[in-house]
Amino acid sequence: MIVNIAILLVCQLIGEAAARALDAPVPGPVIGLALLLGALVARPALEPRVAPGANGLLAHLSLLFVPAGVGVVAHLDRLGSEGPALLAALLGSTVVTLAVTAGVFVGLRRLLGATA
Amino acid sequence: MTPEVIDIWSYLAREPLLWLTVTLLAYLAGDGISRATGRAPLANPVLIAMLLLAGLLQATGTPYADYFEGAQFVHFMLGPATVALAVPLHAALPRLRGLVIPMLGALVAGSVTAIASALLIARALGVEGATLLSLAPKSTTAPVAIGIAESLGGLPTLTAALVILTGIIGAVTVTPLMNALRVRDWRARGFAAGVAAHGIGTARAFQVDATAGAFSGLGMGLNAMLTALLAPWLVAVLI
Repeated sequence: MIVNIAILLVCQLIGEAAARALDAPVPGPVIGLALLLGALVARPALEPRVAPGANGLLAHLSLLFVPAGVGVVAHLDRLGSEGPALLAALLGSTVVTLAVTAGVFVGLRRLLGATA
Repeated sequence: MTPEVIDIWSYLAREPLLWLTVTLLAYLAGDGISRATGRAPLANPVLIAMLLLAGLLQATGTPYADYFEGAQFVHFMLGPATVALAVPLHAALPRLRGLVIPMLGALVAGSVTAIASALLIARALGVEGATLLSLAPKSTTAPVAIGIAESLGGLPTLTAALVILTGIIGAVTVTPLMNALRVRDWRARGFAAGVAAHGIGTARAFQVDATAGAFSGLGMGLNAMLTALLAPWLVAVLI
């Protein structure tokens, strides 16, 4: 468990340092993700040393968004008079984006004659 | 309340322990309700927990900053959890064969749609200026979205709120929408959730199916990078 967490934190730490040093447009944890993925591809033996902790964390990914979510509810009035228009834009845009993304994915797979 | 109870309360209210514990309990309640309803889309655990906690903060007159003293330990884990996405992605790599073109096509289409539709709908409803610009990166993961909003001249704190709301909307709508559209491929469903609704969509995808979760994480990461490139250009064209 501790080894699992340590591996995740080391990757994040290198990612954060790289993001600062290179002034990257991507946040540190995303660089850490790429780093860990590269490490797993290069050394598959690493997998059992990180997978239990990683999967345990991801099983409760929802929990991690709760503190930020509470902040949004607590400050919902700050959306102001434009609140309803913003919410309508978020709802419309998110639904259309979901439909377009899944539609293009499935459509291109059919077009390329995928069988699986 | 008797004086002793008030003493204990004011002691606990200063400590991170109280709000950390309450955050976990609220999530367990939300997750329990979500399970009891068979993972019904509207019974989203993030949504339930955040409403419970916001009500509790309101009722006890606790400022959000005090709450966050305790909740920050949970919030902190978002970073390691992002790194952890490498594990399901690594497991999904053998299944990526033949999917590179569908995925890249869906990514570009989804990313452009996410930015353009938000800007166009909001502008049609009379939103303008910095508020409108704050909407552009709403489908990307929060740290990236805040960076993009800053570079566009938007309002970073507003963007953070819009990002969370987008995630909740996506997590709640994705299942009924995909069923209505008869999309049965978990990879397509997950990828769409990640592109449109970042980490909260990914959390929903992991609840439903491990493959959907892995593809959602991939969609989230790729869209974060593409939106950083596309948003300034689309804003210049559309606004």
